[in-house]
Amino acid sequence: MSELAGISSALLYAAFILYLVGTFLFGGSIRQKGLRDGDQLNRWGKLAITVTIIGFIAQLGYFITRWAAAGHAPVSNLFEFTTFFGMMVIGAFILIFFIYKTAVLGLFALPIAIIIIAYASMFPREISPLIPALQSDWLHIHVTTAAAGQGILAISFIAGIIYLVKNIDQSISTKKTKWLEAVMFLIVSVVGFILITTGFALSDYKAEFEYVNKEDAAAVQEFNVPALVGPNEGVLITDGKMNPIVEMPAFINAKKLNTVLWSLGAGVILYVLIRLITRKRVAALLQPLVRNVSSDLLDEISYRSVLIGFPVFTLGALIFAMIWAQIAWTRFWGWDPKEVWALITFLFYAAFLHLRLSKGWHGERSAWLAVIGFGIIMFNLVAVNLVIAGLHSYA
Amino acid sequence: MGKVKCECGHVNPRGTILCESCGRALTEEAKKENLVDMRYEGSARRSQTYNKTIIDKVWNFFSSVKVGIWIIVLILVAASFGTILPQEFYIPSNIPAETYYEDVYGTFGKFYYMIGFHDLYNSVWFIALIAALGVSLVIASLDRVIPLYRALKTQRVDRHESFMKKQRLFAEQKASLQASDLEKVREELKKKRYKIREENGALLAEKNRFTRWGPYVNHVGLIIFLFGAMLRSVQGMYIDELLWIREGETLQIPGTDGEYYVKNDGFTLENYKQGEDLEVFNEAIDRVGTVAKNYQTDAILYRDENNDLPGAEPELTEVLHDDIQVNQPMKFESFAVYQTSYRQDEMKAMHFALTNKETGEEFGEVVVDLFNQQETYDLGNGYKVELLGYYPDFDGFTKEGEPTSRSPLPNKPAFLFNMISPEKPDGEVSFVEIQNTMEPLGETMYKMKFKNLETRDVSALTIRKDLTLPILGIGGIIFMIGVIQGSYWNHRRIWIREKDGHIYIAGHTNKNWHGLKREIHAVLDGTAIPEPEDRQKD
Ligand code: HEM
Repeated sequence: MSELAGISSALLYAAFILYLVGTFLFGGSIRQKGLRDGDQLNRWGKLAITVTIIGFIAQLGYFITRWAAAGHAPVSNLFEFTTFFGMMVIGAFILIFFIYKTAVLGLFALPIAIIIIAYASMFPREISPLIPALQSDWLHIHVTTAAAGQGILAISFIAGIIYLVKNIDQSISTKKTKWLEAVMFLIVSVVGFILITTGFALSDYKAEFEYVNKEDAAAVQEFNVPALVGPNEGVLITDGKMNPIVEMPAFINAKKLNTVLWSLGAGVILYVLIRLITRKRVAALLQPLVRNVSSDLLDEISYRSVLIGFPVFTLGALIFAMIWAQIAWTRFWGWDPKEVWALITFLFYAAFLHLRLSKGWHGERSAWLAVIGFGIIMFNLVAVNLVIAGLHSYA
Repeated sequence: MGKVKCECGHVNPRGTILCESCGRALTEEAKKENLVDMRYEGSARRSQTYNKTIIDKVWNFFSSVKVGIWIIVLILVAASFGTILPQEFYIPSNIPAETYYEDVYGTFGKFYYMIGFHDLYNSVWFIALIAALGVSLVIASLDRVIPLYRALKTQRVDRHESFMKKQRLFAEQKASLQASDLEKVREELKKKRYKIREENGALLAEKNRFTRWGPYVNHVGLIIFLFGAMLRSVQGMYIDELLWIREGETLQIPGTDGEYYVKNDGFTLENYKQGEDLEVFNEAIDRVGTVAKNYQTDAILYRDENNDLPGAEPELTEVLHDDIQVNQPMKFESFAVYQTSYRQDEMKAMHFALTNKETGEEFGEVVVDLFNQQETYDLGNGYKVELLGYYPDFDGFTKEGEPTSRSPLPNKPAFLFNMISPEKPDGEVSFVEIQNTMEPLGETMYKMKFKNLETRDVSALTIRKDLTLPILGIGGIIFMIGVIQGSYWNHRRIWIREKDGHIYIAGHTNKNWHGLKREIHAVLDGTAIPEPEDRQKD
């Protein structure tokens, strides 16, 4: 690894730690409500945003040094793109924070960004050279703008989830509390994924299978966590590793499904542990943290983020994408799954805006929509990249 | 026809809810409401006024935002179904879709194919949904933008107090306006870039009205975009052809009516190499094996000067030299030629030496061009080779012992030679395929010794013309202008008025109320004017 690349990794690590520290500082400052003109941020709040900004600068440093080391912007594989997305969430948070000065937003935005960056680190982290299709300035323009748009839209999700945590009655069990727990469970599962992957990576787990792939050809696949499900007609060729319990048909990528199963399993264990130890729903645990903030303000932050993020997203993920696709793939639109999901995201937020504007979907409904919208973005980032492999598939 | 005259004297179009001029409620319902619906200023919209004829009904259906949202959601859900399995155009082209889906994805695949989801985006119903979106966009926009424009244009400064009372931000106080307070308010408002109008002791401060047109501008952009996309099916607007071209070949470019030719002057495939490229890439190259760096066809573009003369031989003049790479198509007129695919090392020619088996002496070389064979190859001094048979894609022998070829492509060439020499003037027969020689008619004295193989690459170029692109581009730009115009500003108004010993103040914004409240707070700070309250807190 070159020296620059080394500095780059160190900076990313520093940013990660700073975001962690920032989270705790925001935790200390949440007594303060959203501010009006003339009010001052309290000392914790000032410290928290300062640390966050330093973290952001550190991550920007990571980005620039890695760019210099590779000769192209580090947005060309899943690790780089996801890390950049995490950075954009922080950037968008900083932007919105300076409009609304709401500390509790940081308490939720930072951990989400931390999880995203940790998730990113589970993928191969080496600097990869660009294949011909990616050798274009449009790579930088398209990907960075799209990620910036998604980052801003993520803030809408964060304000929305705070709104729901605050306003959903936790004294009784209802459909709403269940759905909100489902969201919490998914977040816990991502943490589960990170723990499982890191754990087995530290123990250097490797199990190779010979199998028959979709094209009816023999192939080899390496599993890095024990195979609960194995590949089509798979034969374990590494000694002493676990044999799969079930075998998958050829069109399912057993390796990826296996990872999903492990993550959900780890998620269930973590989640059940939390519930058993605290005897409360996860959302109920978080509720005291958000008591001070005004619901009205959260609603406006959520809406405002969509208003700011939607044009940026459209520009990056659709318009720039189409321009580049015309140059690289000879057509501006080809109904590739990743393209379709960008379009779905666009349509979803268009529906969101129209529902708010004309049907008066404010408050809770709007918050749920913000959560679903982010779900679609994450689906496009995770599932479409890993499961539905099209032209975009990095992995 | 059916105009509504307000107490203030203004004549409003039929269906008006709030007087365009003074803001008084004109309908019974509006009079009862606590807060007025300000979305379109209570203006007269066609869809809210007429509901008799079929046209009215269609108009009303498509102008409803509820319907619009349903259309958007249906498209969204439908589009997602198309990503469950790969679409027909992404499956291997050598397998028919009928069997592919079932073979690979089982019963579900068969079902997916049966209901037509394998080609969802070209299905009639999907296109109908997009068309409905377009219609809805046009009608919903027209229904609103015209009355809204009128209402905002004719609004008076001194709105009736009943109008002000029904605003979301409102305050009333028994007092009179102080000149000094007013002066301060004016100054603050100007600082915040409000436009101030005053009439009859009333003040209206307004800013960013242009943002109200944002949605309509963006809808126009979308309509232009959809229109452009539709034009694609018009003859001549759109060309999409694929051309496989071998190194050295010159071929007519399909889609140009024979006017243009292209020559493949060499194809290059480069991979990243450790040691040559950046050291930081080593780890990635190690992990993945090979990573492609460049696909390139050195192309020469020719024009046929005789294209207009029927029956004339083409006369090619060179127009342009270009290296076509991925991301760098060659462009001419409205065409672009893209590097799309390639096949490496297709066999081109084979070299053999006529050799005496015993002495090993060679009597000249024969080069068989696999695409253009000669019948005989005269080597001089009585040495000659005849090509009795050529089997480009040799597939074994028939029962009768005849060699056969599977295809005309030189994938596995085999030859039947007759070798003529001074010793054997009638010739000896030898059957030669790669790495294998047979002597079907008995042992021979000479053999065709394989010397070497000439290969060349085949490049696939996509030829594309799309005259709809400028229209799509304009649509896209207008759309972006519209969304930005509508999203990054808010239309804010503040009314201040004294009447009968009362001060009334009201505020309205089309979105982002916290911002307006903060602004009003700053404007009124230090004056005796009461700060309006938000009457719609949840
Ligand atoms: C993909 C399609 C569409 C997109 C991207 C789109 C985009 C937008 C945007 C960005 C706004 C402004 C929202 C805001 O400022 O909060 C808007 C407003 C609006 N749209 Fe659409 N729209 C679409 C389709 C439609 C359709 C099908 C209808 C038909 C009913 C429609 C009717 C409206 C109306 C009535 C407004 C409100 C205008 C106003 O109140 O000032 N839109 N649209």
